[in-house]
Amino acid sequence: MITLNLRRLAALMVKEAIQIRRDPSTLLIAFVLPVILLFLFGYGVSLDTARTRVGLSIQDDSAAARGLAESYRRSRWFDVARTGSVIGLRQDLVAGRIRAILVIPTDFGRSIAAGAPKPIEIVTDGSNPNTANFVAGYAEGVRAAWAGTPPPPVTLITRFWFNPELRSRFFLVPGSIAIVMSMIGSLLTALVVAREWERGTIEAVFATPISMAEFLISKLAPYFILALVSMTICATLAVTVFGVPFRGSPLALLAVSSAFLAPALGLGLLISAATKNQFVASQVALLSAFLPALLLSGFVFEIASMPKPIQWLTMILPARYFIPCLSTVFLAGDLWAVLLPNILAMLGFGAALFALAFRFTRKRLD
Amino acid sequence: MTAPAAQARSVTKRFARGAAPALDAVSLIVATGQITGLVGPDGAGKTTLIRVLAGLLRPESGEVEALGAAPGVRAEDVGYMPQRFGLYEDLSVLQNLNLYAELRGLPPAEHAATFERLMHFTDLKRFQNRPAGKLSGGMKQKLGLACALVRTPRLLLLDEPSVGVDPVSRRELWSMVGALVGEGIGVLWSTAYLDEAERCASVCLLNEGKVLFSGPPVDLTARVAGRVQRLDDFDGGSRARLSELLARPDITDATIHGRSLILVTARDAPPLDPTSLGAGPRARLSPAAPRFEDGFVDILDRKSSGTSALAATYAEAPRGGGPAIEAKALTKRFGDFTAAEDITLNVAPGEIFGLLGPNGAGKSTTFKMLCGLLTPTSGSGAVAGRGFAEAGPAARARLGYMAQKFSLYGDLSVAQNLAFFAGAYGLVGARARDRSRELVEIFDLHRYLPVNAGTLPLGYKQRLALACAVMHEPPVLFLDEPTSGVDPIIRREFWSHINGLVERGVAVLVTTHFMEEAEYCDRIALVYRARVIATGAPDELRAQAARNTGRTDPTMEDAFVALIEAADRAREATDLAA
Repeated sequence: MITLNLRRLAALMVKEAIQIRRDPSTLLIAFVLPVILLFLFGYGVSLDTARTRVGLSIQDDSAAARGLAESYRRSRWFDVARTGSVIGLRQDLVAGRIRAILVIPTDFGRSIAAGAPKPIEIVTDGSNPNTANFVAGYAEGVRAAWAGTPPPPVTLITRFWFNPELRSRFFLVPGSIAIVMSMIGSLLTALVVAREWERGTIEAVFATPISMAEFLISKLAPYFILALVSMTICATLAVTVFGVPFRGSPLALLAVSSAFLAPALGLGLLISAATKNQFVASQVALLSAFLPALLLSGFVFEIASMPKPIQWLTMILPARYFIPCLSTVFLAGDLWAVLLPNILAMLGFGAALFALAFRFTRKRLD
Repeated sequence: MTAPAAQARSVTKRFARGAAPALDAVSLIVATGQITGLVGPDGAGKTTLIRVLAGLLRPESGEVEALGAAPGVRAEDVGYMPQRFGLYEDLSVLQNLNLYAELRGLPPAEHAATFERLMHFTDLKRFQNRPAGKLSGGMKQKLGLACALVRTPRLLLLDEPSVGVDPVSRRELWSMVGALVGEGIGVLWSTAYLDEAERCASVCLLNEGKVLFSGPPVDLTARVAGRVQRLDDFDGGSRARLSELLARPDITDATIHGRSLILVTARDAPPLDPTSLGAGPRARLSPAAPRFEDGFVDILDRKSSGTSALAATYAEAPRGGGPAIEAKALTKRFGDFTAAEDITLNVAPGEIFGLLGPNGAGKSTTFKMLCGLLTPTSGSGAVAGRGFAEAGPAARARLGYMAQKFSLYGDLSVAQNLAFFAGAYGLVGARARDRSRELVEIFDLHRYLPVNAGTLPLGYKQRLALACAVMHEPPVLFLDEPTSGVDPIIRREFWSHINGLVERGVAVLVTTHFMEEAEYCDRIALVYRARVIATGAPDELRAQAARNTGRTDPTMEDAFVALIEAADRAREATDLAA
């Protein structure tokens, strides 16, 4: 049975508020940590391809070869860092100074003139398959453009909706807000119950008539508000500093953030109740909230390309539902058809975690 | 007879399956309108029992009732003060009071008057806006009590409210709680100090989870009535005499009390004849008032041997040639906080020197400076004639250190601990093996050799800690709270080893907050608020207090209280002058 006495609840929340104000570590977690993390993700992580450094080995002196070489030099994809013999460039490739060697073979001009062009050779560093594929593809693209391939009968015009320039930052910043909030939310509540255990205050409080519900609500409500403030800071930074568009409404953002905080704070509370020790609680919060959110939420690695069992595992990850919500609110708008199912999923996990935390924190010490 | 405020009937509680019970069929009655003492050494089960009564732990079997209902049901009428007071350090005095008033459902109309009354009662009014974390130990304790009393309880559970606080605060606490009892409150007061038991109307004596005795404390002391005598003016040193007397079958217990010995004779033994004691022609016996501790020892029905196998083989420490331990104006500051100020003392070979004082007074800081673990802000220290500034490792090799809570490796077995400390003190090969074997023999550690030190019974932990500290037969021993938590017999055995070592010239520096332990010391320094406020033999300090207060035969605590009050007055006078 759940009993709530509003006077007691208010007294507990006032106490929590005083503690938050006097404890710099809580404010640090809520206000400073998200800013630092957001800047790290916003500036440090980028999935866009910058100009790749390549080496160019021109073994032919014909106008055609020089023309092709010039095309490579002017390409927005490549930075021709070195030229020379293949042997010399090989050293650079091994040392990592360049990512690929483009070889324009001897007799290249003559073979073109003869109508049977010799293939160019592209040597890439296969130890990084992504870059290798990318370089190979674009090098061929540049060559094709240079050769002036006749236009095909059907023209393909690609349009990218919501993020027309395909800037990864537009996706990454809302995504990293989700990761940051996963960590902040769980860390905030993970420490608070454990702190009461460590300082022995829980004993005195549990010996009073307070109910479990009052105790847990007093541990959630203040941190919920604190986390919403962190969220506001993150969203403001995203729009002002990183220039991410905000096409949805603040109300939608509040709705998805609140829904997400339910499982995030709930997880922290559960950890706190189970570990009873601030150090262990913070470690567990990092391992169980931050790492899975970073790796399995679809933020960095595409969920569809994960092995099936891992894909199932991502289903229980609140951040997995929060990321599409945030991307939608920022880049597309208030598409409730997308948001609602995700909100329901997050609330469901929140309810389950609260129930567990409730069961774990009994009003007893054994 | 009115219904008791709380009672427990044959309560058993175990913390892990198969572990020794923390409470073993314990029964207790907390009557209304009086203080019931829950007495026993650390780990006896006192805290567990109080938590059961507060509804914080569920017993495995047995019945518990608090205010006529299951524990926890009448929570608003139960005042509970846990060992660490349960205060929120970030909240001010007033905010703490307010929080507990709301949690206990004190009507808002009564808040102001109640806070006023409690702050007057505890003398905390001046500090009402100070965060609880910045209060002294004694003030925290009073605030903890005020929080437990914020809504006048019918049952008050106090878990070691007086441990480690200075004796003046301790007395104030007693008189405060005494005043409440008149209002019909049932109080359960747990303590490890045996002298406090005598002030309770009724006592429950716990040891290793079992009730040894339950009833008015006079009933326990009555067991030894007429059997306690005081021996004065005997020839020779009190330590050697003690050891001799304990060897007699008709004497079951003997303790040092300044320059006197307190003897307890065996039940049905004929009266002692002073001339038969071999203590010289001037020796005289006089009847002494039995103490609670004498009754406790009698009920335990074990006897400490009084001789030390450890001392028998110990290397004779060099005597003469200056003090074994020397401190010159040692001062340690942490930021703007002075932990120890101008501490000067010296300990001769073959002398036991005690640092006596409440928690936080600066004992441990002084101690750590003397054994080279802390660098003093100013002043100097030397052990066995070697200063730490110039010869740290060489000086350290000549001392044995037994840290508070016995610094053993809990995850290593007894044998591994011995091997480790032998290595750490530079014993190798056959010498290390022989010495370890010898110590195992002396301290009877055979059956525990493969057992992890962390799971040893407390008495054996203490033995092992001492064994490790004397591994290299150091001429200087540092003992930090060496006997806290062990029962009086184990404490006596421990001290018979120390006494034996001292007879062989070892110098001992010991810290304690147990007043009784000070009696084992040749000289003591009273440490209070970072300063040594008095130094002298226990008898001298008592005599000084007798002169100042006019009391006859004051206890060590009376002496300490008198000296603290004098120090406080002097401090106030200088503060006023400044």
